[in-house]
Amino acid sequence: MSAEVRERRSALVQLTLTRFREFLREPEAVFWTFIFPILLATGLGIAFRSRPPDVAKVGILASAPNVDGVRAALAADSTVAVRMLDDTAAAAALRIGSVALVVVPRDAGTVEYRYDDARAEARTARFIVDRALQRAWGRRDALGVRESLVRERGSRYIDFVLPGLLAMNLMGSSVWGIGFGIVDARRKKLLKRFVATPMRRPHYLLSFLLMRLTLMVIEVVVITSFGVLAFGVPMRGSVALFALGCVLGALCFGAIGLLIASRARTIEGASGLMNLVMLPMWVGSGVFFSAANFPPVVQPFIQALPLTAVVDSLRGIMIQGLGWRSVSGELAIAAAWFTTCFTLAVRFFRWR
Amino acid sequence: MPTSTGLALEVRALRKTYGSVVAVDGLDLGVRTAECFGLLGPNGAGKTTTIEICEGLLPPDAGEVFVLGRGWRSDERELRERLGIQLQETQFSEKITVAETLRLFRSFYRAGPEVDEIVRLVQLEEKRDARVGTLSGGQKQRLSVACALAGDPELLFLDEPTTGLDPQSRRQLWDLVDRLRASGRTILLTTHYMDEAERLCDRVAIVDHGRVIALGTPRELIRSLGAEQVVELTLADGQAMTAGAFADTASVLTSRSHGPVWTLQVSAAHEAIPAVLRTVEKAGGTIVELRVHTPTLEDVFVSLTGRHLREQ
Repeated sequence: MSAEVRERRSALVQLTLTRFREFLREPEAVFWTFIFPILLATGLGIAFRSRPPDVAKVGILASAPNVDGVRAALAADSTVAVRMLDDTAAAAALRIGSVALVVVPRDAGTVEYRYDDARAEARTARFIVDRALQRAWGRRDALGVRESLVRERGSRYIDFVLPGLLAMNLMGSSVWGIGFGIVDARRKKLLKRFVATPMRRPHYLLSFLLMRLTLMVIEVVVITSFGVLAFGVPMRGSVALFALGCVLGALCFGAIGLLIASRARTIEGASGLMNLVMLPMWVGSGVFFSAANFPPVVQPFIQALPLTAVVDSLRGIMIQGLGWRSVSGELAIAAAWFTTCFTLAVRFFRWR
Repeated sequence: MPTSTGLALEVRALRKTYGSVVAVDGLDLGVRTAECFGLLGPNGAGKTTTIEICEGLLPPDAGEVFVLGRGWRSDERELRERLGIQLQETQFSEKITVAETLRLFRSFYRAGPEVDEIVRLVQLEEKRDARVGTLSGGQKQRLSVACALAGDPELLFLDEPTTGLDPQSRRQLWDLVDRLRASGRTILLTTHYMDEAERLCDRVAIVDHGRVIALGTPRELIRSLGAEQVVELTLADGQAMTAGAFADTASVLTSRSHGPVWTLQVSAAHEAIPAVLRTVEKAGGTIVELRVHTPTLEDVFVSLTGRHLREQ
């Protein structure tokens, strides 16, 4: 290795070390990068934890005739919780959802069900109550049924959301970390000072990507192992493929950060641009709910978003155990975003 | 590869405009090897634009620049290795220490002194491991010069190195420039402080409206006034004297007024002062303040432009 190559390498090392020092000596940045996603995952994990099967909350109108037979039939069913309610209380309970359905026994062997059919738990309650009453009044099931229950890790909300949070975090910390770092240096005339030295310009930009890659390893390890250890989120696919997905994700979001920061002169300007770029992805890329919910007409656009690609590939590898072939499309989209954005950023970068 | 002319920096017919504003208007310069050369002028005279064109950070609209005998277009990489540049208003990362900042800048250059050597030279030993955010204005400015020394430059550019510093910090920076000069480096500095130019520079170019209006050693420039002393007097409130009031007064060479303040260049103060007092008395005026000083570069600037350096 010639002396010149060694020097050049050392400039890249020094630039990258500087990036790390700037990051680690900013306690807030450390918090937002590592602690915040864990807090978020904990909150969501608790809110959407798997519960034992719900009981149907049902009210019986106390003033109706023939109440006792209905009450006895429902009390015998362990999946139903029954309350006796008068007319106004029944209406109020339906409105706030403290009962899903009100049973009004009528004359001559009929019952009336009061419920909102737009609510899933009300429809469920209707079927449970109806089954219990019909059986109590003598209906026989025509078909013999044997139930075998399957409760598998990977189908809970936390399993769905954790890879999404991971990808969203990679995006946020890359775009913010790089964007603010560069705009701040430009505002302080540090960029101009650097180009007054023999520093090689791509080294400066590379130092940001190298820092992102290293931080990415820490972020991914912290968030993934938290999910696996605290919530039992499965890791079904190949760890190497998962790592590749994370590297491509960090590079592609890093390059987007560079591109956003390539011209902006003020933090305010850059920050507006960052939000503009990231907002459609927060909403559309399937971090918190499946992107398949969006109408088919916007699907091509949503599938082309870098966050969608990274979320889908990480989720597929981690939860569904997808292999290289199945996620190659998503990985290619991430790689294309990286190449395009980095090339444009180097080309349009404002050094003064 | 020094030029045949022995100039470290040569600028010919330099021109730069921003929209309709002409910042540099046909400026010529020649900085000799190992001298400290000053660009002296008021704010907005085009000093920073000139120095940044010389530093290869701004392209000129017209004119030629040869740095160490080379041009920016063909030899930028080589030149960057051999120049030290200190810019106005660079803010280094506050979270990074002095030594870390210098190590970073040192890593950009092929050759140069050890970090500790630079720290000693700019006398920041005590702050070596302190974060930049904790430094005083003067210390930050010395760090800024220190970063310019990381590549052991032959030619050093200092843009307004002491602007905004307290008197003690200014003196420390002047001592530093003296040491750099003594080590044989060529220095080009800009300043709007005439005392700084007199104290530090071997030669000074006075710049106004993007042109060099006078060039020479500080002594030559001052001597060109022909005056031995300058008398400054202030008339009482509301009093004024006519334009040529001191034209026939003994020993007064030139006179100039700015409201109630008159500035007279005189050949001999002991003859001039009694005569001036008589002239004012005859005109019915009262003097509230009278000062005599030996002429400075400020007086040179005033006599050339009719304005003071500090005026905006």
